[in-house]
Amino acid sequence: MNVLPLSIVQSQKFLIAIPAWNEAGSIASVVASVQKHRPDADILVVNDGSTDLTAQEALKTGARVVSLPFNVGVGGAMRTAFLYAQREGYLALVQVDADGQHDPADLDRLLEGLKESDIVVGTRFHPESMYFVGGPRRWAMVLLSKALSWMNKGTISDPTSGFRSAGPKAIELFAIEYPADYLGDTVGSLAIAIRQGLVIHEAPVTMYFRQVGRPSKNALWSALYLGRATLAILATGLKANRTPREEAS
Amino acid sequence: MTANILAAAAALITFGFVFFLLRRGALREKYAVLWLFFSGAALFFALSPGTLEWLSRVLGVAQPVNLLFFVTVLLLVLVSVQLSYELSRHEMRIRRLAEEVALLRDEINQDRQERDGN
Repeated sequence: MNVLPLSIVQSQKFLIAIPAWNEAGSIASVVASVQKHRPDADILVVNDGSTDLTAQEALKTGARVVSLPFNVGVGGAMRTAFLYAQREGYLALVQVDADGQHDPADLDRLLEGLKESDIVVGTRFHPESMYFVGGPRRWAMVLLSKALSWMNKGTISDPTSGFRSAGPKAIELFAIEYPADYLGDTVGSLAIAIRQGLVIHEAPVTMYFRQVGRPSKNALWSALYLGRATLAILATGLKANRTPREEAS
Repeated sequence: MTANILAAAAALITFGFVFFLLRRGALREKYAVLWLFFSGAALFFALSPGTLEWLSRVLGVAQPVNLLFFVTVLLLVLVSVQLSYELSRHEMRIRRLAEEVALLRDEINQDRQERDGN
């Protein structure tokens, strides 16, 4: 067993975690662009029960690929990544989406921010941003942001962003508890971190519109979305502050 | 009287079916005991309607049937909640296992590659 020396060697490194579900078309280029920007990065693709060639495409790039036996959702995929990071002794983890929405040029800023905080959330909403959402979807996002910023006592303008970094404390926490419910992987996980007293900052990032599967924007959808998000926050807020025993393995 | 016979028959069939499942090992004791108890109680009240009437009078329920329905609905709701609880727990455990399996499989692959490489 070479567990100990390995973790010492890797302790200075950071892990890029890419949860991927049926992203065979974009996964290779996403990994490649991360590699191009940060050749020093260790990349872990968590294949979340894909039924296409996501795993094979990811393996071709030389990234480490972990495959879940069936689809468990982004939350489950991310907890797998955090478990991996914790066991291998990584001190920082950056989550990058597999659909090419995120720009690896922002990785540095997200990693840099960890010097003063436990979690850095990449936000789409800043003066130079090209990202635009309007209508009910925007109102829903603003409300969510207000709620979480209030909990955090510091601004989180884009709580549903999946482009974020985590330091050692957050890795420890998320390896044990990372919600798998809808919006739990973004909003819910932040609520858990706030409750545990982790320091959360944000950093401006560039986000491209996703190429496929444009999210719907009607009022009904937004109402549902808000309802479920509120539920995700409430579920965390109301949860008894226990050490998750049976989940902790 | 016919209603009582019908109720008793239904209770008996339920009791028998649950017992059959239990014997085949298809049902765990903790669930089986619950249903056996329910059908047993139903059988008892079907065979002795006087008890139900007496109970209703003591509890101040005008119609014995209402007491029966109320208790039945309450018990079924409790059982459903208990099942949702079990289901949630199992989903959490299955997810945890899936994550472990993914990491273990990766570890095995890495070891195999290392071994074959040397």
